[in-house]
Amino acid sequence: MPSSPSFTRRRLLTRSLALGCSLAASPLVTPVTLASAPWDARLVVIILRGGLDGLDVVRPIGAKEFAGLRPELVEGGTDLDGFFALHPALNGLMPLWRAGELGMVHAVSTPYRDKRSHFDGQDILEAGTDSDALGRIRDGWLNRLLQAMPGIESDTAYAVGQGEMLVLKGAAEVANWAPDSMLALSPQARRLLELVMHDDPLFRDAMHEAIDLSQTGLASLTGGGELDSASMMNAMEQSMRPARGAGSASSIARFTAERLRDSSRIAAFSLSGFDTHLKQARQLPKALDQLQEAILTLRTELGDVWQKTAIVAMTEFGRTARLNGTRGTDHGTAGAMIFAGGALRGGRVFGDWPGLEEAQLYQRRDLMPTRDVRAYAGWMMRELFGVNRSLIEQSVFPGVDLGNDPHLVL
Amino acid sequence: MRFDPQLSAIRFGCGLSAKLDPPASPSATMALLQGPDAAAAAFPIPDFAHVRKAVFAYKEVSVARKQAKTEAEALNLHERMKKMRRAYQIEAMGWARQTLCRRVFAEDGFRERLTFFWADHFTARDTKQRTRNGFLPYVEDSIRPHVIGRFADMLKAVITHPVMLEYLDQAYSIGPNSKVAQRRGRNDGMNENLARELLELHLLGVEGPYTQTDVRQLAELLTGLRFGLKQGFHFQSDFAEPGPVTILGHRYGDETPALSHIIEAMEDLARHPATARHIGRKLAIHFLGDAPDNDLVAELAARFLETDGDLPAVYEVLLNHPASWYPGPGNVKQPVDFIGSALRALDLVPRHVPKKPRDLNQVAFGPLRLMGQAWGKPLGPDGWPEDDSAWITPQRMAARIHWAMRAPFLLRRVLPDPRAFLRVALGDTAPKDLIFAASAAETRPEGIGIILASPQFQRM
Repeated sequence: MPSSPSFTRRRLLTRSLALGCSLAASPLVTPVTLASAPWDARLVVIILRGGLDGLDVVRPIGAKEFAGLRPELVEGGTDLDGFFALHPALNGLMPLWRAGELGMVHAVSTPYRDKRSHFDGQDILEAGTDSDALGRIRDGWLNRLLQAMPGIESDTAYAVGQGEMLVLKGAAEVANWAPDSMLALSPQARRLLELVMHDDPLFRDAMHEAIDLSQTGLASLTGGGELDSASMMNAMEQSMRPARGAGSASSIARFTAERLRDSSRIAAFSLSGFDTHLKQARQLPKALDQLQEAILTLRTELGDVWQKTAIVAMTEFGRTARLNGTRGTDHGTAGAMIFAGGALRGGRVFGDWPGLEEAQLYQRRDLMPTRDVRAYAGWMMRELFGVNRSLIEQSVFPGVDLGNDPHLVL
Repeated sequence: MRFDPQLSAIRFGCGLSAKLDPPASPSATMALLQGPDAAAAAFPIPDFAHVRKAVFAYKEVSVARKQAKTEAEALNLHERMKKMRRAYQIEAMGWARQTLCRRVFAEDGFRERLTFFWADHFTARDTKQRTRNGFLPYVEDSIRPHVIGRFADMLKAVITHPVMLEYLDQAYSIGPNSKVAQRRGRNDGMNENLARELLELHLLGVEGPYTQTDVRQLAELLTGLRFGLKQGFHFQSDFAEPGPVTILGHRYGDETPALSHIIEAMEDLARHPATARHIGRKLAIHFLGDAPDNDLVAELAARFLETDGDLPAVYEVLLNHPASWYPGPGNVKQPVDFIGSALRALDLVPRHVPKKPRDLNQVAFGPLRLMGQAWGKPLGPDGWPEDDSAWITPQRMAARIHWAMRAPFLLRRVLPDPRAFLRVALGDTAPKDLIFAASAAETRPEGIGIILASPQFQRM
């Protein structure tokens, strides 16, 4: 149930005035587009699973030790700023870089240290907590943001795709859909299913949401008319052939863009394949291709909304500075965050560069983290949504030291 | 609350069946489990040697193609490679079909559930070329025989199996001071992936009493575990780091690397109290639900320790503890349990289960993927998630309902009366609303679909 435009707009104005923030002044904020959330900016969080090698994606070719650490992973990058070069598999994003709509933050990490487990690392990244919360994690940081925001509707935030998204799990209501699912039922079957699922909230709610989410897809297949049971089956069968690889990244991004153009404001999905222990020069481009495809699809499909959008791609940890014996890299510590979108200040590699000399490495093996990745994400939320600082420091990212504003948001 | 035959088949087996009686008691369940493996005999799956031969034969043709003297010869060999790939893929689909058939037709459902549990505990994927399609042969070699044996023996079989060595990159790990590293003049070839997952996932658990130093030391100890397409697994001391190492305060090995040092460490880690707790907890969660009874977990762990990891003794605790027999519906079935138990209730014969890859994908393996459980492809070495909320999301629910409404008809064409099917599928446990719904459906496929999609059937 959408709030009335005037109500939402009033809330937005109050919030913006109180913070003196730039949203209210923005010509992009119009009451028409304020359907369900108390703000107009869009945030897409992409979780890169497996531990993205920041040193390979944003290569410090200006550091004299780099070539020695990674003899096989130096060639072919695209110069960014004279010191850093971009991995060639992301060349398709260079127009965004030049337009100031793509940027990176280097040498960042979560507070997670030393055990270097994917699963714990991802839990910490998505929970937004310190590692002492391990084993007690119940919700994700995007969900805690939602919990604190007024005017949240059931479709304000979306977890997209078939993977688990802890970052959006929690007490606040969040929608969840994979674009390659669709449910069509005869009226009688639907009534009977509602009857048998009535006393099981987990089943009942999941089914209702599936039926609702299928409506747009089904309508687009039939032009809005009634479905007989045979064409329902055909519709479902067609929709149930899942796309794969970059194709799946683009169908996820297309669905995400569709929701964000409408009343959703926050979306999260994950991409995997970044755990490159072996033959990294061959493995990593496949995973990066999905990321590039997702960002470019969002750019195209968001249309005007792109200007209000912030996309941020984060990973559980970086990888070892040195190549291992199998031409790959092992689990490390600091890595890179990648961001894109018309709402952000790209065209720059942010971060405090720690250096690659042996003594500058974390435990003499990994890129040294120089700032908490949560500080950048925290400032982004503060600027995009006008969230106050203490909420971020106490609830969204408990214990984070936000420090100074890096000015990622335009 | 105590043992109940119907609940036992639903909760610890592969579901109720029209033809097969549920086990009458815990001791009958154990007797069946410890008797001959009838399902493996009826629906055989080859061992990994078969995979090695297939991959080796393919590689020979691939080498010949690279050395081909004429374009025609190269083209010819290229076509042959394509045919080999296709044939091998179809063959491997047949193995997947066998595992499904075991769930549907085997009297001993507990063995299939346990095999799945342990294969998931020791998750290994076969995505790399040298072990292509080796997942099920890995389970057949390393897991299944030890399901009724000692945990330490399963562990040893796992860490010496090519599919695991390849999956967690152990087969390429080289000791920094090994003879090979010295010859090559480099010391950067160690990979700690398997060592870390052993401590974190397979043995002590992530809360366990180990540090990064233990991971590193274990990684040093594990160097030398290798395999080749011709000879299979072997320990190659040239690649191994000379010892000794210290893991959890115990010293292993000496200047002369040997497989026996690794085995010794595995025996000790397998009987560590943290391992016992970790295994006890995982078993209870897998069979009974996301919040297991503390007393049951403690008893499972205690029996594990007392018996030095004798697994049947541990299962006896599981089958006899009152907490195992709370009334259903309980834990949400994972997709493979859901589809397997539905087919079991449908009163099929083996010829109903399609053999053509396309048909098999349509009724089983495609739907499994849409329900979130792509066959043999969990996201990481921690295997499939256990919590109910991971499986029952809108899109996965859509896939389950869709399958329930459609697949039985594709498999059998002539479907049973939903009211009779309800008695087979849920015994005396069906609630009133479901009995009404089964009789009120407009068509048989919808009636069957509603029964299968109901919480009573999808939980166990």
